[in-house]
Amino acid sequence: MNWLLDLMLVLLLAMPLLSGVVLVLLPDLTKSMVRVFSLLATLATFVLSLIGACFFDWSNPAALSFVKSVEWVGAFGLQFGFGVNAISMWLVLLTTFLMPLVVLGSFSAIQDRVKEFFLWLLILESAMLGVFVATDIVFFHICFEFTLIPLYFLIGIYGSAQRLKAARVFFLYTFTGSMLTFSGLLYVAWRCDWVFSIATLYELAPQRLSEIEQAWVMGAMLAGFAVKVPLFPLHTWLPLAHTEAPTAGSVILAGVLLKLGTYALLQLAIPIAPIAADQFAPIIGLLAVVGILYAALICWVQKDIKKLIAYSSVSHLGFCVLGMFAFNAEGMAGSVMYMINHGLSTGALFLCVGMIYERFHTRQMSQMQGLAQIMPVWSFFMVFFCLASVGLPGLNGFVGEFLTLLGAFRAKYVLGPPYAVMAGFGLIFAAIYILFMVGKVVFGPLKVPRVENGHCLSCDLNLREIVTLTPLAAGCLWLGLQPSFILDTLTEPLEKIVEHLPQRTAVAHYTVDYPRIEVRMHMPMAQATKHAGL
Amino acid sequence: MTESVILEKLATLWPEIIMISGACICMVVGLSPKQAVRRSVVWITGLALAVAGLLLVAPHFGWWAGETSGGAAGLATAMFVRLSVILLGLLLWLTSWGVPDLLPATQVAEAAAAQGRPFNPSMVCRGEYFAFFLFSLTGAMLCASANDLVWLFLALELTSLPTYIMVATGRNHMAAQEAGLKYFFLGALSVAIFLYGFSLVYGATGTTVIVSTQLQPVSIAGYVAGLQGEFPPLLATGLLLSLVGLAFKIAAFPMHFYVADVYQGAATPVTALLAFVPKMAGFVSIMLLLSVIGWPLPVPVMWVLWIMAAVTMTVGNVLGLLQNNVKRVLAYSSIAHSGYLLVGIVAGPTTSAGTLGQGLAAVLFYIVVYGLATIGAFSVLGCLRVNGEEAQTYDEISGLSRRYPGLALLMLISILSLIGLPPLAGFVGKVYLFGSAISGSFIGLMVVAAINTAVSAVYYLRIIGACYFGESRIKIELVATRAGRLSAGLAAIAVLVLGFRGGWLVEATREATRSVSVVDVDTQPQVAAPDHLSSE
Repeated sequence: MNWLLDLMLVLLLAMPLLSGVVLVLLPDLTKSMVRVFSLLATLATFVLSLIGACFFDWSNPAALSFVKSVEWVGAFGLQFGFGVNAISMWLVLLTTFLMPLVVLGSFSAIQDRVKEFFLWLLILESAMLGVFVATDIVFFHICFEFTLIPLYFLIGIYGSAQRLKAARVFFLYTFTGSMLTFSGLLYVAWRCDWVFSIATLYELAPQRLSEIEQAWVMGAMLAGFAVKVPLFPLHTWLPLAHTEAPTAGSVILAGVLLKLGTYALLQLAIPIAPIAADQFAPIIGLLAVVGILYAALICWVQKDIKKLIAYSSVSHLGFCVLGMFAFNAEGMAGSVMYMINHGLSTGALFLCVGMIYERFHTRQMSQMQGLAQIMPVWSFFMVFFCLASVGLPGLNGFVGEFLTLLGAFRAKYVLGPPYAVMAGFGLIFAAIYILFMVGKVVFGPLKVPRVENGHCLSCDLNLREIVTLTPLAAGCLWLGLQPSFILDTLTEPLEKIVEHLPQRTAVAHYTVDYPRIEVRMHMPMAQATKHAGL
Repeated sequence: MTESVILEKLATLWPEIIMISGACICMVVGLSPKQAVRRSVVWITGLALAVAGLLLVAPHFGWWAGETSGGAAGLATAMFVRLSVILLGLLLWLTSWGVPDLLPATQVAEAAAAQGRPFNPSMVCRGEYFAFFLFSLTGAMLCASANDLVWLFLALELTSLPTYIMVATGRNHMAAQEAGLKYFFLGALSVAIFLYGFSLVYGATGTTVIVSTQLQPVSIAGYVAGLQGEFPPLLATGLLLSLVGLAFKIAAFPMHFYVADVYQGAATPVTALLAFVPKMAGFVSIMLLLSVIGWPLPVPVMWVLWIMAAVTMTVGNVLGLLQNNVKRVLAYSSIAHSGYLLVGIVAGPTTSAGTLGQGLAAVLFYIVVYGLATIGAFSVLGCLRVNGEEAQTYDEISGLSRRYPGLALLMLISILSLIGLPPLAGFVGKVYLFGSAISGSFIGLMVVAAINTAVSAVYYLRIIGACYFGESRIKIELVATRAGRLSAGLAAIAVLVLGFRGGWLVEATREATRSVSVVDVDTQPQVAAPDHLSSE
């Protein structure tokens, strides 16, 4: 068992990649064999990550577990450093949890070049996991960049009409940003005598970098990470990529890839350039608020369901960034919660839209109405995930939204009530545009688009599709009722991140104010009392 | 120079002597009336390369007590350059395997011979092709061992002259003839410029010896060291003119105009050779020349190179965006990569802690990695034919992955490495170069390079996009040459391996350039300026 724990993260990264290699080497597989094989591979990765979660040192969530380093270019001091803290552990779990569902969801949608499709999916999973487990900035950057290649192919080969443009725009936008980020990271490493370990940089970088330098470094990092998030003026690649990507691509984009940006802001940008983070917070907060409102207004006028959900991601990620730059316990923990929640609910929404597209070959709202009459099961899931997405209390979206707004409201120096109030309007808009869409598509008199080959005109979700959506629905419900399960583990790692922030910002006594929220959410008494004791 | 000195020097050049001999044999054997004998030139070429390589490494392993030549750049640099030229030369040899046989003139002559008519040797250029191939490689190797401006000049010309002919040889395209002529005239212009530069340097210093460990004979490095940082205008002009002339060899601004036309006009394997061999020779020569003034470079020279680097990469990448022909795209990418390489030259060896601050080592590493990737890409292109012509445009390679998934994959790996995407070797090279730029505090230049890398992704992605997303409307054929595919495969494997396990090559480049930095840091103060010069 010891060797397993020692190599846990290496195995986790290698599992999808090796499965991909096996997939290529096995000759003469039928399409369904390829699909089942990929499903098993992603499931195995999920099981492995669950084992990892069991053996993770939850009593010390800020420390890195499963630390391992593999030499790479020793002459530069470069290595593949592996390790996870609680934040990364949760995001690893989110990734491995989503992947089998994504694979399951693309069983029938992909009929051409099947093997290649699942190969790219598996490679993509490895790359995404790599970002979360990297403890070395160059290794981090490698994985961050490498996610582009599989997704470029997934969009470019399997996307819809404008796929080539979408793939190109997506790649170039993100690549340009991350080249600047890379320059910034190298600069930081140089100033710290070519140290690449993230943990060491947490200590050294804030001391070595002057205020001006920190501002430049922060700017460089924002160039890459804000594109990925995406923050307001840099979001224009996202709707195109989301809309043109195949369902699997959209789910992964919304579910995990956007989180790479917020995760990087949280784990790299803020601790490495704390003074700059403090100074930039009002601007970033403003951009986040503008993004929330602007994207929500755009959602309102969308005619294409997928595009609507894509723009809603821009709006939602605004909350995530807003909470993060409040620099208090509520805001930052809420931001991490938001990453996980958004991955579940928006991922699920994209799956739902994909299922509609498979049946009717259109996503135009004007062409369909009253689908509840012929597709009750689908309608149930659709409404459920929409409610989760707009933040109905009791479902997961609420926790993140509430905590990020609370954080922004309570932040004493950086953000403040105006930000929270403005962002609060975003919630209202969200309810309007989502319910508008649900009302139009799910309810009302029946109207079904003409389908040429006439298949599936009236059929509801099949068993496979129900199996795909159920775990996501369960996850939404569970995290809505029991957020403390995750929130409790976030305090210590977050404290470590804000450690070097200027004193006026970082509250010395870093209390966590969750109990009140949780009691309201009908926490089991035992746990509620435990928290009250904090 | 006495006779014994020349003999001593010659004794260190066995690998080059073997290669020149091989080239001469190729010339003669290629004219043989017997077909089997004629065809053996390929093997003779390979044999010459292999033997030269073995002779080069033999003293290192103790198999043979021969000496190896150092020259001004130092023993290790020369060794590194010569060895990498031979190894990449072997790849280029594989790429060029069937080239002379495919040339129209050769096919006419061979067809006539097959019908029983007498063989007409003047029609066939098989022997010449491989002879010139070997001459060019030898020239690049000799550059590294140069310790004299005259030697350096001759070595550079030995690198370039054969390529002028290879571009045009045996091809009845107007484009090829135009390319050959253009290349020749512009090459002659560049030679005139740097020869003039060399003569000014000689005029200023009174010697052609670059570095010398003794006070007599006097050396340029010794003269510069005696100046205490003051540069006579004559010397500075000479050095700058030499740099401008050498810019032709490395395809850098302001001497980059020929590149696209020549790369397009030449047969694809020849283009692969043009992309690597003259570039290697040019960069080694630049390192040699600059080592006499040492790093950090004096301000005017530094700024000239800074601007040259920035403009070169920007011009290459921006013009690359406008092309429809993959060979022209790769030509502009070659210009852009020269720009990145110049960043390493500007930074030079710095005193920063850690390995990353070694600009010259980064240049050596990057040029090898660039050579591998670009040879891989050109080898794939060289395997493809459309209607009997080389596949050149995006449309012609469109849908490659459906017809030849293996070749498309090799193209993908090469192109990704050229973009500098991790975890391929190109990325390690970029880290090395950017790291040296930061260590030398050339942050601005590094940012320019980073933005350029992003711009370059646009046209590289079009190549990948054409291969993988396009529909094949035109019928692509595969030329029956396994060697070309083998070459592309080996290059791709090397790029992958160097990406994951490139540490040893990094160490090797560091070892190779250690002596260069020693030349200017340690020996400078000890060598005084000769009296008769300072009194003039």
